[in-house]
Amino acid sequence: MKIINVNEIIEAVEKMCIEANYDLGNDVMLSFQRALKSETSPSGREVLERLIENASIAHEERVPMCQDTGMTIIFVEVGQDLHIEGGMLTDALNEGVRRGYKKGYLRKSVVNDPFERVNTEDNTPAIIHYDFVSGDELHITVAPKGAGSENMGALKMCKPSDGLEGVMQFVVDTVERAGGNPCPPIIVGVGVGGIMEKASYLAKKALLREVGVHNKEERLAKIEEKLLERINKLGIGPQGYGGTNTALAVNLEVYPTHIAMLPVAVNINCHAARHKEIILKGREY
Amino acid sequence: MTEVVRIETPLTHEKAAQLKSGDNVLLSGVIYTGRDAAHKKMVEALARGEELPFNVKDQIIFFVGPTPPKPGQVIGSAGPTTSYRMDAYSPTLIERGLTGMIGKGLRSAEVVDAMKRYGAVYFGAIGGLGALLAKRIVAAEVIAYPELGPEAVRRLEVKDFPIMVIIDQEGNNLYEIGKAKYRTI
Repeated sequence: MKIINVNEIIEAVEKMCIEANYDLGNDVMLSFQRALKSETSPSGREVLERLIENASIAHEERVPMCQDTGMTIIFVEVGQDLHIEGGMLTDALNEGVRRGYKKGYLRKSVVNDPFERVNTEDNTPAIIHYDFVSGDELHITVAPKGAGSENMGALKMCKPSDGLEGVMQFVVDTVERAGGNPCPPIIVGVGVGGIMEKASYLAKKALLREVGVHNKEERLAKIEEKLLERINKLGIGPQGYGGTNTALAVNLEVYPTHIAMLPVAVNINCHAARHKEIILKGREY
Repeated sequence: MTEVVRIETPLTHEKAAQLKSGDNVLLSGVIYTGRDAAHKKMVEALARGEELPFNVKDQIIFFVGPTPPKPGQVIGSAGPTTSYRMDAYSPTLIERGLTGMIGKGLRSAEVVDAMKRYGAVYFGAIGGLGALLAKRIVAAEVIAYPELGPEAVRRLEVKDFPIMVIIDQEGNNLYEIGKAKYRTI
């Protein structure tokens, strides 16, 4: 049994909100470089060069790479032998967001209600997904998500008879419909199975995987490769100006489902694929 | 890449008519910002018979909601937001003389029709280029709806602001042309 104070959690979240928005991951930077080598469209190459330059400016000058610093999505794995003292975990995570978005000069993009639409001024509430795991650690991932790409997501309750081809076609159609809207080159998260919200959750969670890392199961990794190939034949290209790099990666996650169901969710991430994680270990109780 | 065309605002109909889909443009001069909430307010103001916060004739609106500036910065990160959310409002502003819009992503047939009828150009700025684009903005001032925070209407002065002509006055669309050229499926 270990114990952790909420203040440590608040500070960690504050820092991750800022760093996620200032520092693009190495995996994405490397995938820009790879795309630059393979891209056949001159405008596409110019877009990629500017994106690399933009990420460098953000990192060096400590400013957000994109003005849409997102709604803050937080994935938390709580070790069941960990005790949290000093307050509620959910409150601590939101306080970290509140402080990070203020201190980091990040844009406050959350409105209080879908109909009233009054800005909450501190980017809270965050969207928090909890999972309980064995052990005594707290694993927190902060993933700010912009609206341009989030708005292009889609869900379809396919029929089992639609099969793998039906699922793949829905993914490709969703990317095609999105065109240049979600700021390609994109990362495509795909969740298949479970029920409606489980598929959506898996599609989002798939986006946390590093670009270039395939699903551990070979049959699923092959589907990811096939989907990426089909998507990059669409011609949309960087920013939709035409080209051969529409997506940098397709990440697929699956889950058991019902005999009568085949849910498919597609969650698109723009090229500013932001996520930072930390494992807090707590102290002896 | 096509050669760079330098444009100074205001964007008169004569200048706008010269621009062709796919042109790489460096824009300098005064432009205005506006996104979802500001567009809604502007169009509602017109419906009530009120004036707009600025005269849109021969002007360009940049769809953006910047991050708060850090001390010493003119403006925070400032890249384009997705344009289709302004589709419901853009034709009304184009009819009043607006000649340019800067955003990213697809536009509706109604917007393209209005652009062709009244003579307006749709430019794309690179989405997610907020840190770089902010450096090409040399002055920024909130001129309307300050209560909207990042969505307030700002008057910006830009210098060599990099944009691309997506849809020209004839309705030629780079998204369609570019995609068709590289499509192999």
